Amino acid sequence: MTSPSSVALDSTALRQHMAEGASRMGIATWDLGITCGHDASVQVDRGEPKQLKARQSTTAMVRVWNGQGLVGITSTNDFSPTGLTAALEGARQASAFGDVQSPPRLSAQAQDPLTLLDQPQHPALPIHVLLEQLLDAERQVLNCHQAISTLPYNGLSQSRRERLYINSAGALRNQTTTSATLWLYPRAEEAGRKPRSAGAVRLAPGVDALDMEGCIDEATERTISHLDYAPIDTGIYTVCFGPEAFLDLLWAFGSMVNAQAVLDGVSLSQRSSLGTQVASPLLTVADDARHPRHVAAPEFDGEGTPTRRLPLIEEGHLRHFLHSEGTARTFADGSVATGHAAMGAKVTVGPQWLDVEGRRGDSSLSCQGSSGVVLIDSLSALHAGVKASQGSFSLPFDGWLLSGGERRSIEAATVAGDIRSTLQNIVACEGEPQCTPSGCSPHIWVEGLTITGEA
Amino acid sequence: MPSLCLDAPVTSRLDQSWQPRLEALLSAGMGAGADLVEVFVERNNQLSVLAEQERITSVSPVMGCGAGIRVFKGSCDGFAATNDLSASALMTALEQALSMLGLCRGARASAWQGLATFQDHGSGKEQWLKGCPAVPDSADRLREATTALDRHGRHLQARRASYARDWQEVLVAASDGTFARDLRLHQTTGLTLLAADGDHRASISRRDGRADDPGFLAAWPVEKEAISACQSAGKMLYADVVKAGDYPVVLANRFGGVIFHEACGHLLETTQVERGSTPFANKLGQAIAHPAVTAIDEGLSNNSFGSMTMDDEGMTPQQTVLIKDGVLQCFLSDRAGEMRTGHPRTGSGRRQNHGFAAASRMRNTFIAPGPHKPAELIGSINHGLYCKQMGGGSVGPTGQFNFAVEEAYWIENGCLREDKPVKGATLIGDAVTTLPRISMCADDSALAAGFCGSVSGSVYVTVGQPHIKVDRMTVGGR
Repeated sequence: MTSPSSVALDSTALRQHMAEGASRMGIATWDLGITCGHDASVQVDRGEPKQLKARQSTTAMVRVWNGQGLVGITSTNDFSPTGLTAALEGARQASAFGDVQSPPRLSAQAQDPLTLLDQPQHPALPIHVLLEQLLDAERQVLNCHQAISTLPYNGLSQSRRERLYINSAGALRNQTTTSATLWLYPRAEEAGRKPRSAGAVRLAPGVDALDMEGCIDEATERTISHLDYAPIDTGIYTVCFGPEAFLDLLWAFGSMVNAQAVLDGVSLSQRSSLGTQVASPLLTVADDARHPRHVAAPEFDGEGTPTRRLPLIEEGHLRHFLHSEGTARTFADGSVATGHAAMGAKVTVGPQWLDVEGRRGDSSLSCQGSSGVVLIDSLSALHAGVKASQGSFSLPFDGWLLSGGERRSIEAATVAGDIRSTLQNIVACEGEPQCTPSGCSPHIWVEGLTITGEA
Repeated sequence: MPSLCLDAPVTSRLDQSWQPRLEALLSAGMGAGADLVEVFVERNNQLSVLAEQERITSVSPVMGCGAGIRVFKGSCDGFAATNDLSASALMTALEQALSMLGLCRGARASAWQGLATFQDHGSGKEQWLKGCPAVPDSADRLREATTALDRHGRHLQARRASYARDWQEVLVAASDGTFARDLRLHQTTGLTLLAADGDHRASISRRDGRADDPGFLAAWPVEKEAISACQSAGKMLYADVVKAGDYPVVLANRFGGVIFHEACGHLLETTQVERGSTPFANKLGQAIAHPAVTAIDEGLSNNSFGSMTMDDEGMTPQQTVLIKDGVLQCFLSDRAGEMRTGHPRTGSGRRQNHGFAAASRMRNTFIAPGPHKPAELIGSINHGLYCKQMGGGSVGPTGQFNFAVEEAYWIENGCLREDKPVKGATLIGDAVTTLPRISMCADDSALAAGFCGSVSGSVYVTVGQPHIKVDRMTVGGR
């Protein structure tokens, strides 16, 4: 029914199938994006293997432009000539309903020279090796504290991704990346107390490059630090967001720098927002898909446009929006596609990897010495608690109340605020930026956020 | 106008003709020493259409196929997925799954008896896909919806209407003899609007969904839904932000049921029992909720979003009483859950697609109606919160839950103050302390369609309840 995956990314054969099929249908302009993945993962439960998985998956997205310049799209995982022809036909029919007002075009940058990233591919290890490593990690976690009896959420995975982009104008992009992920979320419980959980994640280009010990240490330290917990009084607090928490917040409000969201009227920003102060002068944010710490960093986006480092906020001022080919053309202000597009009937744009830099600001604020302030380690339920188009958020979190360098876990609480005032009320950026799977950031201190403690 | 080809490019049907191929796989797996082998094969045909303002801005067809092969040995299982359905690729996937468990094909002769009688649950459903609306009809309905929003709303900055159709053909075969086919059809509609006036903003959404009903979109009550969404936006646009604190809360019916889904339902899935991450693991037969609470999960209601003729392991779903008068009766279990926890299967093995191994998941989950009228619940509260529309929610690894409230009003002196809307509320708590606080259930049960994301991907579910009163909840706000 489908062709074997081994021929999936034969760009010459694919181009030939596409060109022949398009020609038969009278289609002059088309493009094709393919992702082919091979994944393996393991999960364990108290010294025993629980589930082992392997997955081969392929996805192709075909776009065609009809005689009126309107675009249609179809997705398929059938790469055989028959399958591609069917996808072309589906896309051709869908083009009759293409957006008349702002149809996308092929990216003019899809054939620009591409600076390749230095991304050595790491070998896939046998699944029994993954299993042994995870069992060993679980053993270390369970042995580190008597209150930790299970590791309910755990996994070790490795992945190989091949991406291909070709179009009727002759563009050809391809890239192969490898990655590995380890996640450990222990559950700890002491007699008469509520169960507590925290965890850690590590990402690397391969299992052999994973910081296993660092992940184990962080997962156990975080979990143990939440065993001694207390409720927090509801009120207004100065809050220090850890790197992961602050990056999660920025990602959740990514529509602020998203040109498509601006055009759709659902962003907090407008075209005229460029150059205005949207955050404290202490804050500088760039999107940098090519950051050396970005594992499996993409060299090009869904339209074939090369990725790049793009300043978004400089010392509090909004400098650039993330653009696709279409949004840049619609803005008509000299903007160009920035390498942040995802192919679709409606092309979407989004961040790739956020790089936050900050000036120190109020040096009296410190995770080591401040009192009466809340340190937020991680935020939860962003899909439910963020109203991106309104600017508001109300989110559960894991964190501690700081008191003169001592920290005590907060039993259960939410942090609420408005992203615009939150960014404006940044009063300090502390420490060296720390990298997470979604970006890099120092600790960010914000005044005047509401914390609600659970009674 | 053209209509999109409704026949998937994958031309082979998934039917009884697959029996020899499947038996070869299962026999090979059993011969290798597996305790049980299961093969899940699917093909699907999806379409999504989006209208923004008066324009259709996206038409996205998706066609695909694939298989997931799962091998059980002892308490462990190996799972391999592929979207290459050739015989050689399927055998390779089986060998992968076997090798994960240290098993090797051809190790010994298989005494396996073969598949049982073919159960074709797809019979009579062949015309469903062709009965669904063509793209032009879908587009017209969506434009009708965004126009209705424009007609009824004020200060609207963005108007969206969406439609999605998911047609799926599945074949399940297992070495216990299971051999069954089914056709599924799920359709959803959505309305989203953003109202803005100066610094005041309100985003409101509505969603509906139905299973196995090709006429769903044609029957979508566009005008009624648009009026409801616009009324909510009008009230919430200038609403005050809720003051954080502890309050008695009345949760409206329909999507208010998401609280039970998140707060309790997930903790009654055997996946949680296996992990040791549910506080209810050893509570069968014990009171875990207020005596006013009876809760049910079932997969049988006609056309409900979480209904199915068979689950993704080939089992006919059941009506499962989870809690009866506050006492825990049953867990939701799948094949792996039964093996690992001993709780019998309930027809709850579900997965998003072939790329996921099935897991115990909710279907249509709801709190049963009680004896009260909604006004009695409100009348019993001096100062509290009425949550009319819920947003999404989630539950953490220790049972902590949270829900966003999209539309809420104060209750004062036993009266609902629709002139005092509030926004920005989040309900937080945990199941162990909240379930005993559900002290009153009204008599107006209603269901709402939704999506649930968990270990086996995103699946279609229904949540539901009558109006319920929770004596005290923590409300996050500002």
